Amino acid sequence: MLVLAMVLALVRMLKGPSAQDRVLALDCMYLNGMLLALVLGIHYGSSAYFEGALLIALFSFVGTTAMAKFLLRGEVIE
Amino acid sequence: MTDAALPLWAEITIAVLVLAGAAIALLGSWGLLRLQTYFERVHAPSIIATMGCWCIMHGTIVYFSLQGEGLALHSLLIALFVAITVPVTNIFLMRAALFRARRTGSDVPPSLSRSTASVERDS
Repeated sequence: MLVLAMVLALVRMLKGPSAQDRVLALDCMYLNGMLLALVLGIHYGSSAYFEGALLIALFSFVGTTAMAKFLLRGEVIE
Repeated sequence: MTDAALPLWAEITIAVLVLAGAAIALLGSWGLLRLQTYFERVHAPSIIATMGCWCIMHGTIVYFSLQGEGLALHSLLIALFVAITVPVTNIFLMRAALFRARRTGSDVPPSLSRSTASVERDS
């Protein structure tokens, strides 16, 4: 179900009418991937997936904020 | 694979939590695909960040607390981080979308907090 959710977000990202739709869909894919990493950690019984999920969450925040800033101003660092 | 050392109630609890979280994530992505305008669509992934993330996080906490020794609360870190950062990114995205919609002259409410000086500077 999580993979299907990622596929739905990917469809929205590919056909999104505007740039902010694509950024939102990418953020949604990051969230789904993070949850998928947690579920895989339960499935394989190892807590090593936890660091991966935390890194995905971190990159999601940084990337989405940077792209929203880019959409707002036209440049990331001003 | 999961070993069979867990009791039955723990397996049922973990399975219900993880399946509920995955179903909510699917629902959020489906809403992201189905809703019409951008300002409706921006709300759909928030349910993944709140309910889906908290369901799967609680399943992870139950599993690793029963698997290892002691209470494994490190998944709470992820949920807290997501709960802090997702409103920030949502506000940034909505502000960017409003700004771009105003630039293209769409039918959106005018800017209240940012006065005419910033609009003149931006445009």
